[in-house]
Amino acid sequence: MKKRIAAVTSSYRLLNQKNHASNRILHHHRRFNANFNQVIRSSSTSEGVTHHCGPVPLKHFLASCRWDLQKSSLIHMQNMPIIQQRNFGSVASTIVQRNPLFSTINHDDIIYFEKILGVKNVIQDDEELQPANTDWMHKYKGSSKLMLQPENTDELSQILKYCNSRCLAVVPQGGNTGLVGGSVPVFDEVSGVLVCDAGCILENLISFLDKQGFIMPLDLGAKGSCQIGGNVSTNAGGLRLVRYGSLHGTVLGLEVVLANGNVIDMLGTLRKDNTGYDLKHLFIGSEGSLGIITKVSILTPAKLSAVNIAFLACQDYISCQKLLFQAKRRLGEILSAFEFLDAQAMNLVLQHLDGVRNPLPSAIYNFYVLIETTGSNESSDKEKLEAFLLHAMENGLVSDGALAQDMNQASSFWHIREGVPEALMKAGAVYKYDLSLPVEKMYDLVEEIRIRLGAAANVVGYGHLGDGNLHLNVSTPQYDDTILAQIEPFVYEWTSRHHGSISAEHGLGLMKAEKIYYSKSSGTVQLMASIKKLLDPSGILNPYKVIPPSLLS
Amino acid sequence: MKIMVAIKRVVDYAVKIRIKSDKTGVETTNVKMSMNPFCEIALEEALKIKESGFASEVIAVSMGPAQCVDTLRTGLAMGADRAIHVDAPATLFPLSVAKLLKALVEVEKPGLLILGKQAIDDDCNQTGQMVAGLLNWPQGTFASKVVLDKEKNVATVDREVDGGLETADLRLNQPRYATLPNIMKAKSKAIKKMTAEELKVEMRSDMEVVQVIEPPKRKAGVIVSSVDELVDKLMNEAHVI
Repeated sequence: MKKRIAAVTSSYRLLNQKNHASNRILHHHRRFNANFNQVIRSSSTSEGVTHHCGPVPLKHFLASCRWDLQKSSLIHMQNMPIIQQRNFGSVASTIVQRNPLFSTINHDDIIYFEKILGVKNVIQDDEELQPANTDWMHKYKGSSKLMLQPENTDELSQILKYCNSRCLAVVPQGGNTGLVGGSVPVFDEVSGVLVCDAGCILENLISFLDKQGFIMPLDLGAKGSCQIGGNVSTNAGGLRLVRYGSLHGTVLGLEVVLANGNVIDMLGTLRKDNTGYDLKHLFIGSEGSLGIITKVSILTPAKLSAVNIAFLACQDYISCQKLLFQAKRRLGEILSAFEFLDAQAMNLVLQHLDGVRNPLPSAIYNFYVLIETTGSNESSDKEKLEAFLLHAMENGLVSDGALAQDMNQASSFWHIREGVPEALMKAGAVYKYDLSLPVEKMYDLVEEIRIRLGAAANVVGYGHLGDGNLHLNVSTPQYDDTILAQIEPFVYEWTSRHHGSISAEHGLGLMKAEKIYYSKSSGTVQLMASIKKLLDPSGILNPYKVIPPSLLS
Repeated sequence: MKIMVAIKRVVDYAVKIRIKSDKTGVETTNVKMSMNPFCEIALEEALKIKESGFASEVIAVSMGPAQCVDTLRTGLAMGADRAIHVDAPATLFPLSVAKLLKALVEVEKPGLLILGKQAIDDDCNQTGQMVAGLLNWPQGTFASKVVLDKEKNVATVDREVDGGLETADLRLNQPRYATLPNIMKAKSKAIKKMTAEELKVEMRSDMEVVQVIEPPKRKAGVIVSSVDELVDKLMNEAHVI
């Protein structure tokens, strides 16, 4: 184990963004991301046409990379004789012009980084860089030439200080590093406050807490690979938000490294602390654009053993709404999830995922709702849920339903809802939108898009109904600019008109940085830009993302 | 013909089993309990036989403490017509269960008795064979297919034999979900309560649990850095080549 146990802290990768020729297009479309799930949901393709989309035949993928490699190696001969580089040749219509103020990496930089981190943690090998430069959906391609893997706050601080002075752009990235085996969280079981390093994988934290009788206040499909630092900096939402609220409520403190390398200790463990501005909130959801989170303290709820799950069918959207209204009143304190999917989403899951069976096969329904309750008393909770469901059935809100009798059945119900993104990936090209909308208006958008696109696309609606969060997905056999033109900017305008948010839980990243005005006033965005300039004057952290770059130059 | 199905309440299949600190058994307080998956399959098979017209009634029976009634309710919601709960202490060994089942068969006189192959808590796989012996009934074990011939009053049971497929009998069927309409119907179905005394079964245990301990922990794997190292380890540590 060497001396890693205490030393291993953040395992962010720093990706130096750069391009080899100033007049070339930088394809670095990777959003700050510590979280695979976030990638799935966020790197939606509004802009994108790329030949790497969807399930790519491996041969084709390799062939295209090889071609790129040859092509770019010619260029690097001219420009950068030392550093191996690759230009990803994917086509995407969000074109980011590389900021000419950023420096390019030279040999001295590499030597400096190797001195701080050791040769092992300074990665230049194309094969190793490739996964870090590619998003989960193979839509966004980066062209970073260097990946750094600092193991603690101190190393990270030194790196950032150096990058800032050299004006080297940096993309913080967590997820999938698997470096944190030795990272030991600290837990106070009376207050339920967990203090851990940013590189802890969510699932490891969940199992650590499980032994103490607690749970993480967030849970998402990507828990096996995403890291808590990334969850916090993207303000990940997920499945339990309806019960435990957002990370703005549950995160009690953070340690953050600013662009100039200064370490800011805000790692409080207090629930109540009204001394001055609560600056940690700036870093929650800022997608790594203001600083890099290295430590997190988070309030964890006690683990309750009685979990019940019902999978229900509703004939129309108004019934789903009424059911939610009733559930909040009649299930109140035990309601822990209220999810929905429409018939189109259900069909996709049944068609594309193996081993999924329809819990309610006797008829086809327009909507399916998944209700989860979590409480402390199995029999009284079940009685309460059954009474609620039977009442809803008598009133015609629910047409049919099934109640999970064991955990196996429960997870098969969850699998249907959580499997929708995967089924969409298998179905072909997909345009993804993650919107917050008033619940009563939410499904109107899906129906309007369905009318706009007609037979050209399969329009699917699902999401966290309990939080007013719609995942609108348009599935087509291939990416097609004419389809995209039908969807955008219509979706954003519609959302803005109904006072919704164009990004409920996925963030803005690169894709939606320019779209921020649909959800925020220009005064607000100006203030955000001022904060960005204050904390990161050279703009090296996660450039081109979150805030429209034009405001920062 | 009536079919009787025995169902057992066990620690849920998905729960990680923990041993009590005093080593007297498995921790069950505050742990999710569900119907034994093999019992679910047994019940599903009985319901299918009834649906295809070979049986008139399916009776679910369970023995143990009061909470067994919850598990019987699940059985009724799946479609059993009525249920019998034999009140008994939590720890029952296969022979006691077999004797209780024999007594219940004598009361209810079913034409067919279906049990899950084993309970996932103790993995005994004894009760079915014992009760068949006590009743002196023919039996088929590890069924992967059951075909009834009504006229000849014969059941043909396929079973899978060795070959390493321990869960092969899970393929018999896929148990149904408890739907809301059926849960509603189950509310009005009767669960009869009985005791061992009424059934004239002496609850004497010939077995005593001395200690329950966890199996030895599996050692973590190692990643070898070269083929040579792998060969060396296979030869000198694992002694397999």
